[in-house]
Amino acid sequence: MSELVVVILGFAGGVLAGLFGVGGGILFVPTLVLVLGLTQVHAEATSLLAILPTVIVGAWRQHRHGNVDWHAALFLGLGAVIGVEGGVQAAKALPEDTLQTLFAVFMLVVAASLAWRALRPQSSYPSDDDRL
Amino acid sequence: MSVRLLAIGLVAGVFSALFGVGGGIVVVPLLVAAGFSGRAATGTSLAAISLTAAAGAIAYGFHGDVKPGAALLVGAPAVAGVFLGVEVQQRLTSRTLTLGFAFLLTAVAIRLLV
Repeated sequence: MSELVVVILGFAGGVLAGLFGVGGGILFVPTLVLVLGLTQVHAEATSLLAILPTVIVGAWRQHRHGNVDWHAALFLGLGAVIGVEGGVQAAKALPEDTLQTLFAVFMLVVAASLAWRALRPQSSYPSDDDRL
Repeated sequence: MSVRLLAIGLVAGVFSALFGVGGGIVVVPLLVAAGFSGRAATGTSLAAISLTAAAGAIAYGFHGDVKPGAALLVGAPAVAGVFLGVEVQQRLTSRTLTLGFAFLLTAVAIRLLV
């Protein structure tokens, strides 16, 4: 039963990734914590591995629609690789419950920004027109 | 522009590893602010996250924190989902879907907090 919930939320995370150009981790992490019982740090680490095939397929699909600037992606990715170790050290240093609370607050901020975007009368983001 | 992109990436990388996410939530609006169109920002963000997530998974992997079985269970359906998400983004009105996700995230966040 819990595996079915994981599959459904994993699928939803993938849809989110394709729609908004994110990795889907914002759903993967709580799924791994709440449904599979992983610790917050283990869930975050595992989420990053699950994101990898998701964004590779997503980038490939977006490339076919002509929406990927590979040169820009390379520079963004290089910057991110430098920043990653700092994030890992911070996550490992914080107490487990503090990290989990921070993550939940992060989710609420994202939810509020999505709602604001959807409810805005003239939205120009993330699509080029008013479709999204 | 390259320095700006590196800086955006750096912020996204810290964010990504701290929260176990891709960092796209940071990258996409900053790319739009830098003059990218919405779809180009989301497409380019996905490509950049592939490097970010790989670096993060390797860094956490050295600490023994990655659970491959669980990653497969959540990642395999996500790969199917991303096909749908990209196609929906090209074609459909998805205001309702966006609001639906906002509600889903809120519900899960509250569950995490209590």
